[in-house]
Amino acid sequence: MALATSPPADLAPPRDVATDAAGLGRVRASAFVAPGLALVAIFLVFPALWTLYLGLTNYRLTGIAAARPKFVGLDNYATALGDQEFLNALWLTLLYVLGSAVIGQTILGFVLAWTMRTVHRTVRTVVESLVMLAWILPSSVVAFLWIAMLDRDSGTLNALLGTPGMAWLIDHPLLSIVVFNTWRGTAFSMLLFSAALGAVPPSQLETARMAGASGWQQLRDVVFPHIRGHILTNLLLISLWTFNDFSPYLITAGGPDNRSETLPIFVYQTAIFDGQLGFGTAISLLMLLINLVLAVVYLRLLRERRS
Amino acid sequence: MAEIELRGLVKEYPGGVRAVDGLDLTVADGEFFALLGPSGCGKTTLLRSIAGLETVTSGHIEIGGRDVTRLAPGARDIAMVFQDYALFPHMTVRDNIAYPLRIKKMGKPERHAKAEETAEGLSLGALLDRRPGQLSGGQQQRAALARAVAVRPQVFLFDEPLSNLDARLRLEARTFLKRLQRELGVTTVFVTHDQAEALAMSDRMAVMDAGRIRQIGTPTEVFQRPTSTFVASFIGSTPMNLLDSVVDRDTLRVAGVTLPLPASARPHVSDGEQLVFAARPEYMSFRAEPEPTGLEGVVAIVENMGVGSLVSLEVAGPADVTRIVQVTVPEGQEPEIGSRGWAVPAPERVLLYRRDDGELVGSARSDATDPVLAAARN
Amino acid sequence: MTVRAVVGRIGFYVLIALITAFMAIPVLWLLFAPFDRTPSLSTSLPEWTWQNFTGLLANPYALTSLGNSVLLALGSMVLVTVLGALAAYALSRVRIPGRDGLLYALLLLSSIVTGTAAMVPIFLLMFELNLIDSQLGVVLVLSGGLLPAAIFILKDFMDGTPRSYEESARVFGAGPLQILRDIVLPVVRPGIATIAVWTVVNVWGNFLTPFILLRSPEKSPAAVVLYTFYTEGGQANLGLISAFSLLYSIPVVAMYVFVNRRYGFRFHGGIKR
Repeated sequence: MALATSPPADLAPPRDVATDAAGLGRVRASAFVAPGLALVAIFLVFPALWTLYLGLTNYRLTGIAAARPKFVGLDNYATALGDQEFLNALWLTLLYVLGSAVIGQTILGFVLAWTMRTVHRTVRTVVESLVMLAWILPSSVVAFLWIAMLDRDSGTLNALLGTPGMAWLIDHPLLSIVVFNTWRGTAFSMLLFSAALGAVPPSQLETARMAGASGWQQLRDVVFPHIRGHILTNLLLISLWTFNDFSPYLITAGGPDNRSETLPIFVYQTAIFDGQLGFGTAISLLMLLINLVLAVVYLRLLRERRS
Repeated sequence: MAEIELRGLVKEYPGGVRAVDGLDLTVADGEFFALLGPSGCGKTTLLRSIAGLETVTSGHIEIGGRDVTRLAPGARDIAMVFQDYALFPHMTVRDNIAYPLRIKKMGKPERHAKAEETAEGLSLGALLDRRPGQLSGGQQQRAALARAVAVRPQVFLFDEPLSNLDARLRLEARTFLKRLQRELGVTTVFVTHDQAEALAMSDRMAVMDAGRIRQIGTPTEVFQRPTSTFVASFIGSTPMNLLDSVVDRDTLRVAGVTLPLPASARPHVSDGEQLVFAARPEYMSFRAEPEPTGLEGVVAIVENMGVGSLVSLEVAGPADVTRIVQVTVPEGQEPEIGSRGWAVPAPERVLLYRRDDGELVGSARSDATDPVLAAARN
Repeated sequence: MTVRAVVGRIGFYVLIALITAFMAIPVLWLLFAPFDRTPSLSTSLPEWTWQNFTGLLANPYALTSLGNSVLLALGSMVLVTVLGALAAYALSRVRIPGRDGLLYALLLLSSIVTGTAAMVPIFLLMFELNLIDSQLGVVLVLSGGLLPAAIFILKDFMDGTPRSYEESARVFGAGPLQILRDIVLPVVRPGIATIAVWTVVNVWGNFLTPFILLRSPEKSPAAVVLYTFYTEGGQANLGLISAFSLLYSIPVVAMYVFVNRRYGFRFHGGIKR
């Protein structure tokens, strides 16, 4: 079988030869990726980058500044950092995140995940379904459910607590939205912690129990060391989401007297409602930066755990 | 006619790793050819190169006299069975077997008839409407085979086709596969890391290491006359005894015993040359009484192998280093642990290797670029 | 059992009962009020009637808005699943230079450029593109926001399917597009279904983006129209609000149940939102 007489010096491998499983090749693969990336680039990346520029101008939707936006440098940022309303919004956002996400959802989520392991199946199904329901219902719907619940004159809460005439949304607007968001968002923490608890080796818990450890000691010495990473993941993600949560607007619209005006609502009011786009953008950028910090910390964590 | 001819084949990955390193090989028409080697030796890459799933860096591949080096996998007229079978989980067994025919634009009734006929031949007839997930491991393997058989290719390529089966089933599948190949007479290359599988099934086999072929031959040749210590230690279900030895004029000194130097080796060695003495446990016999040509030691372990046992002798070596020499004994002749014993090599089965390059004494000096030639000359 | 253990057990169940009550009470209104002849804000067993739903038919915006929600949800679903699946497949199977960096950047972006944080530049961009008060604009913005996570999750699915499926088909002579149609798509269908449902649920519930980008009530989706129902001046029409809320909620709940039944609820870090 020495018939073939092709030249011994070989050709370099052609560039377009497919080396992937389906024989797609780089050109076609790029064509597959391009449309998706284009959409993301135009409607996600570009707005984020544009924010950098817009925040330095006095852009407005109408009037002189609309026709010819002027470059104002860091004025918007200086204004923001000195603006009482902005600082108020930042402070309220911090309280909102702390109260509803860090404390409310995390603790309630963990308690649910922990207790649901040992209860009867039916109880578990009912409770978990309710928690999931609160999570998946559209925000316009849940917002109204809470408006009804907290109503001054005929709200269910006042009827239950025997406090007729208590105007929760007016007297305690921040507390109201904190409770609301705890109710709405606990499902994520519950699911995450259930998964994490499921991964704690039962043999370790049994060993602790045989050594005579109490429930609390088992939690502290066996469970927490295992789920520390999950707790951190959970905290970062729900903080990020709560920080960007617009749904309090649907209940209190930031009022009364800006007492529940978190940053997302503040941005909406100043930029879209009042039309101060330059100023609003500057605040958006500050929000993006805070998001960036939270997300980078989260991704770092994720990478560390994967490697 | 479907001979496979590989010439100067090189597959270099980015980063400079050569998985296949200048390889020449001819697989004859209708031959059942095994590629054997430790993991990472390049055997799977070689198979995938023949299939066209890897683009080779240089060299040529011919199938049936046709240069297919630059052809797409589908144009090479081959069929491949993967290690995980790659049965499409969303298709029934019938559709799986018929899929290649559908690609070849065969009409539905025709291809279904063909699939059913093939399945019948592999006793899958009752399982045609099942999904792969509902089949046992052995049935999945046969379905994958049926899919390959149904296309009537010039060449079969099997990538570790038996490694996902449990031990018992593997033996059955071995026999089945060999008979199937014989009946179809299709040139077959199969990759395995299991030397017993390669010995049992192949007409000829190649032992690979680091992207090169270390030895080619029939299973008997490779088993009886490994051309290097690498092959010697890789082949065989019991490990080959490899002992340092020195040429002393017309004799050989091994582990304190003086043995006659085999006549065939005499022209190739010089006085005082360091060699490796090799003898398979199966080619040695055990004596409980002193024997001048026996390696003396203390019985340390006796392992029951079903038919007969494997006896490990602790043999004192130079500078009081003890070494293990293993020898098989027939049923009922197992020695007591701790007793003395002598392992006597069958003179005609003794192999001698050069200590420096590990090649068989008498073979050409290993010319690194062409190990195949060295193998062919023994 | 010791007294202490009994007390502990009772405390445990009281805790569960309290949590259950906390989670359940707000939802009860949604179940009862729509069927109540005289719905009020407080929860009570209804005097049974269908009249609230017939009232819904008379409202000029209610049913249109549900149609708009369907339009937005399906439009985004098609865009996200098709573009997401194509990109994810290519990224999973072909070594494109800078792929890992790209994926990392995508994941980072999708978590930081939220609809809230980027509301102003998005509003301005749509203003400049003349896409204010356009449903296409809403679909594009929402799809752009959901795509990165969709690509990431789908790539995970694709990475989990053995390459030997495609290689096997390739050896038998199937072309790349044939392989995509015959092998890859059917095999990753659960992943695509998950992403489709995820997209629909997200878009269905989204309030902010259509609230900002759409002007005319006849183009607005249910999320926005429901909000206007309870914020417009005068006495709120509770019958209308409750019946509409229920009707608007049913699809997402049904889809959740469907996904849960069919594929088991797969937990992808933050698949909601």
